[in-house]
Amino acid sequence: MEGIAIRLQNLRKSFGETTAVAGVDLEIRDGEFFSMLGPSGSGKTTVLRLLAGFETPDQGRIELAGQEVTGLAPFERDVHTVFQDYALFPHMTVEQNVAYGLKVRKVPKAERLVRARKALAEVRLEGYGQRRPAQLSGGQRQRVALARALVGRPRVLLLDEPLGALDLKLREQMQVELKAIQREVGITFVFVTHDQEEALTMSDRIAVFDQGRIAQVGTPAEIYERPATPFVASFVGTSNLLDGEVAHRIVGAPGTYNIRPEKIRVLKESAEADEPEHATATGTVAEVVYLGDATRFLVDLDGGGRLTALQQNLETSSEDVAAYRGTRVRLTWHRRHAVRLPS
Amino acid sequence: MATDVTTAAGRGTVRRLAGSLHRRPRLRLTLLLTAPLLWLAVLYLGSLAVLFVSAFWTTNSFTSQVVKVWSTDNFHELFTTPVFRQVILRSVGVALAVTVLCAVIAFPVAFYTARVARPRWRPLLVVAILTPLWASYLVKVYAWRLILSEGGLADWMLAPFGLSGPGFGLPATVLTLTYLWLPYMILPIHTALEQLPANLLDASADLGARAGRTFRSVVLPMVLPSVAAGSVFTFSLSLGDYITVQIVGGKTQLIGNLVYSNIELNLPMAAALGTVPVVVIVLYLLAIRRTGALNSL
Repeated sequence: MEGIAIRLQNLRKSFGETTAVAGVDLEIRDGEFFSMLGPSGSGKTTVLRLLAGFETPDQGRIELAGQEVTGLAPFERDVHTVFQDYALFPHMTVEQNVAYGLKVRKVPKAERLVRARKALAEVRLEGYGQRRPAQLSGGQRQRVALARALVGRPRVLLLDEPLGALDLKLREQMQVELKAIQREVGITFVFVTHDQEEALTMSDRIAVFDQGRIAQVGTPAEIYERPATPFVASFVGTSNLLDGEVAHRIVGAPGTYNIRPEKIRVLKESAEADEPEHATATGTVAEVVYLGDATRFLVDLDGGGRLTALQQNLETSSEDVAAYRGTRVRLTWHRRHAVRLPS
Repeated sequence: MATDVTTAAGRGTVRRLAGSLHRRPRLRLTLLLTAPLLWLAVLYLGSLAVLFVSAFWTTNSFTSQVVKVWSTDNFHELFTTPVFRQVILRSVGVALAVTVLCAVIAFPVAFYTARVARPRWRPLLVVAILTPLWASYLVKVYAWRLILSEGGLADWMLAPFGLSGPGFGLPATVLTLTYLWLPYMILPIHTALEQLPANLLDASADLGARAGRTFRSVVLPMVLPSVAAGSVFTFSLSLGDYITVQIVGGKTQLIGNLVYSNIELNLPMAAALGTVPVVVIVLYLLAIRRTGALNSL
């Protein structure tokens, strides 16, 4: 049985007229890589700041490893934060930055140095100890911030959109590294992001935030394959949301449904839907978007409504796909991929 | 129609001129800098040079006429006569005391205006700090003369505690100069504190530091260059002052007073005295450059 690292109960926080967090209940397990995903203003960063102790909740309870910490100051919590813009101390060297938390906790100087160097090695920045933050690149600063937060081996590490300021290549590289470091040190990571792809690739579990509340908590596959609300379906990945008359005609039953574009195959109109568990619909290709590795087809269905289908470019090229525009096609998908959303 | 043509032609000339200037950056720079550089070289550096040179001349002790003979007698006298030595040390002491007092008073004030007060009040508070600078120097010093005079405001306020005001003299001079130059210290500190990113304070607390530790390890080192920058103003303005001390200083004499009293009878001596604050301030600036303060001026 795994322990519980963080437990939030009915957490609420308002800033003046705006409600940032409107009742959040959540349990995060020990050693988990947990992501809080949502658009800006959904309350995820406020929850993180409440966890760190930078804000105090209007209502509710925060437990850290079974101990209530709701009213405690940041320096009384066994939690460290990696800030979005790193927040490195510009007047200190990299080594002094990393050793700061240890110095404050009165760790002897010799031990401090050893541990700071070890932490820098963990983030692959050996030999950078004597530089100033201003002399480092964005990715390197990011790692210093990570080393500084990890060196004290906190119970929980909070990461506030730590990869937001990096360019795409570096970001993908850091995603892999961050995950590897987390596995290595075994500390619970709480990772705030608005990037659904980042959340899906890195997390053990994800909480999707919508207007100050948690819309769904689950593994990446659960969130992606079985979204609990239309918001989750549209925020995580692209989706075809069907409801009302269109849903009834296409799926055969009333309700709100979601079909992911990559689950839909695009065939010639004359092709027969061979398997009984497959649903099918005919229509005209309204738009073709060539993405390089794949092509997105926007198809106007005959009875009204529009579906987006995504096809890998296994054999086609950009010249071929352009010819599809305006042609008649048959769309087909496995019935279980039309996921019903609770209304 | 004709006017249209001339304005078009005029515009064409201006455009051509602008274009040719654009293609000749050196010429542009020369035109731009000649006047200010002349001003700096002739009026400022020139008069400094004259000051230095005349400090090495002497006077005919009967006629007080300047004798243009090269000698180091003035400086020899400056460093061997006890009165001169005392006055120089006193002046530097006053400048240092004013600087320290300004820093000690300015820090909490700036902390309040930059980080505690509501953001929409902050510009108003800054204006309030600046308003004394709009009043005449003499008016302010005479106001302090009234405050510090016998039976004045200072005496009246301290009387219930069985104390009396400092009267005129060295403490009154330090006090008045501190009041005069305080805004020059508050402003740079205010700016530095205002620009201090809030998340650095969060980060410090997050890593386990209490408020006192955060102040010592993060706030103070980051604001120190601005304190040093402010001290350049308070120190040099105090060192050069000779009016305040005449009004509230009683019999106290500072370098400026000696320069003033020597200027008629012994001009070279006055020049030698005048070089002292210049040298002291240059030394001060060199010492302060190491803190990086000159980058935040």
